[in-house]
Amino acid sequence: MSDFILEVKDLHTYFYADAGVVKAVNGVNFNLAKGQSLGVVGESGSGKSITALSIMGLIQHPGKITQGQILLQGEDLLKKSPKELQKIRGNEIAMIFQDPMTSLNPVLRIGEQIAEAIAIHQKMKRKEAWQAALEMLKRVGIPEPEDRIKRYPHELSGGMRQRVMIAIALSCNPKVLIADEPTTALDVTIQAQILNLILKLQQDYHTATMLITHDLGVVAETCQNVMVMYAGRPIEYSDVKTVLETPKHPYTWGLLASLPKLSDDRNQRLTPIEGLPPDLANLPAGCPFVPRCPHKQPICHEKDPDGQWLNTGHFVRCHLYS
Amino acid sequence: MGNLVGEMDDVLLEVRNLKQYFPVKSGLIQKITGYVRAVDDVSFSVHKRETLGLVGESGCGKSTTGKTLLKLLDPTAGEIIYQGTHLEKLSIKEMRPFRREMQIIFQDPYSSLNPRMVVKDIIAEPLIIHKLAAGVEIQQRVHDLLDLVGLNKKHAKRYPHEFSGGQRQRIGIARALAVDPKLIICDEPVSALDVSVQAQVINLLEDLQSQLGLSYIFIAHDLSVVKHISDRVAVMYLGKIVEIAEVDKLYSNPKHPYTQALLSAIPEPQVSGTKRERILLQGDVPSPIRPPQGCHFHTRCLYVRPECKEAYPPLRDLGSNHFAACFLAKP
Repeated sequence: MSDFILEVKDLHTYFYADAGVVKAVNGVNFNLAKGQSLGVVGESGSGKSITALSIMGLIQHPGKITQGQILLQGEDLLKKSPKELQKIRGNEIAMIFQDPMTSLNPVLRIGEQIAEAIAIHQKMKRKEAWQAALEMLKRVGIPEPEDRIKRYPHELSGGMRQRVMIAIALSCNPKVLIADEPTTALDVTIQAQILNLILKLQQDYHTATMLITHDLGVVAETCQNVMVMYAGRPIEYSDVKTVLETPKHPYTWGLLASLPKLSDDRNQRLTPIEGLPPDLANLPAGCPFVPRCPHKQPICHEKDPDGQWLNTGHFVRCHLYS
Repeated sequence: MGNLVGEMDDVLLEVRNLKQYFPVKSGLIQKITGYVRAVDDVSFSVHKRETLGLVGESGCGKSTTGKTLLKLLDPTAGEIIYQGTHLEKLSIKEMRPFRREMQIIFQDPYSSLNPRMVVKDIIAEPLIIHKLAAGVEIQQRVHDLLDLVGLNKKHAKRYPHEFSGGQRQRIGIARALAVDPKLIICDEPVSALDVSVQAQVINLLEDLQSQLGLSYIFIAHDLSVVKHISDRVAVMYLGKIVEIAEVDKLYSNPKHPYTQALLSAIPEPQVSGTKRERILLQGDVPSPIRPPQGCHFHTRCLYVRPECKEAYPPLRDLGSNHFAACFLAKP
């Protein structure tokens, strides 16, 4: 057995739509060790969320995992029965979604929703589970937890709801936490509170965390490693400092140049990435980034580049380095 | 607060003590039990060729301010003066010529375009309503506008669903530009877009401003984007402007504790270098139906003093057009 809690190997998730096969996840590889935090960055449609849903076993028709392995502590989740998966989901791997309003049940008190997860996975009695739920609310920093535990989701603010979601996710002490854009729907001052909370809980419990976001700033503040995705695949991977300071892939360059930064001079013009992300049902020949790449060479149109490790721990998929 | 205005002659729009209250009704007879003070005594001005950024968290009243300026909502009180004309007194009919002068671009490029109209009809509609073009002229003008926003002739016959988010936002911009406006209210125009596309639209807005001499009121919650595009910035909290200043001054030397916290909360994509000290605000934004007594921010403020709980601090001039509504702010 390896040191990694979660290993994703050559994952392919395709959607069989009327218009053709949408290759949403097209060869994803990464590992996550205990206590590590990985940021997954990319634009909409780059396959970040589908990767997460594949790990959770939540891909539904017409989607299908066509290839690859998802190893949780060495055991392949793709070979598990739905019943076995149900024991793992919410217990060993938990997930926080972007929109805390639609992912909580509006007709149940929040206490019942947290206690439900605890009761199912830890075989506690209702009363004990309720106590444990109260403990979780305290842990995620909800003020007046004795009162809030009896409230319904609509009575809480967005930030509070996201704290409840985190409480549910962490209630069974998962080994892996997947957070899919956990702060995108929140205001900046609330986002800062929630990111701080996720960081603190991660340090306290050594949960391996996968944080999906489109915001490189969020990654810089919370993650150790970062994986940049494009067209369903990682195109660059390393520790956060390396990727932000010495990025190698033209797409990562483009992303960083198109972000307005506080430290910029005011009249500095942004450099957008021209064009649009590719149609995943109809990928261009060669490298999928080639239509938008300012550094393309003839070979890029012909051959899809293989991924390579440049030096220890810096992965890039680009012909510039072959 | 007339001295909020710099040189009077190049002022395009002036807003004085604008209020927009929404009644809260409850019970069987729908009795009015209170008011949401979405915009509560807001004053500012917009100069020609200037971009005024309007920032704040959700529910602070920034979008309501934008809609009230165009009289898409009737103001509860206050004055909206466009080049000397008091818009708040005008009837719908009298307002019509001013609709040509002031346009709006919305956040969601998916729901702000009619899905049953092709692009050329969407862009031509304002031309027809305002009788700005007829016959073949319309087609020519539509093509010119598409060209201006970086689309082309062949896009004219397509429906909105055939476009990506960034392209739809370009269509919305072309529609706003059709009537040759002087002022465009941009209500979160890039928040729904991916970063690489967001930069394309920001650059387009900047190019159009210098080409056509436009003024913008740029409403957004993303402080990095606002810094990039604005000349002056107003920060709103619970319906009030708490600070307004030139962009460089506001970002380098914020005076109001809320602005300081807001700026420190932005995650920056850098690891090394000088880490800013983060001010972590506790709690949530209070309800605008019952804002706290005294300074609305005092429930979350790190520097709160007894007087803050009693009276609302006035927006004070701290020198060189930097205004802040805080008892503690020093020039």
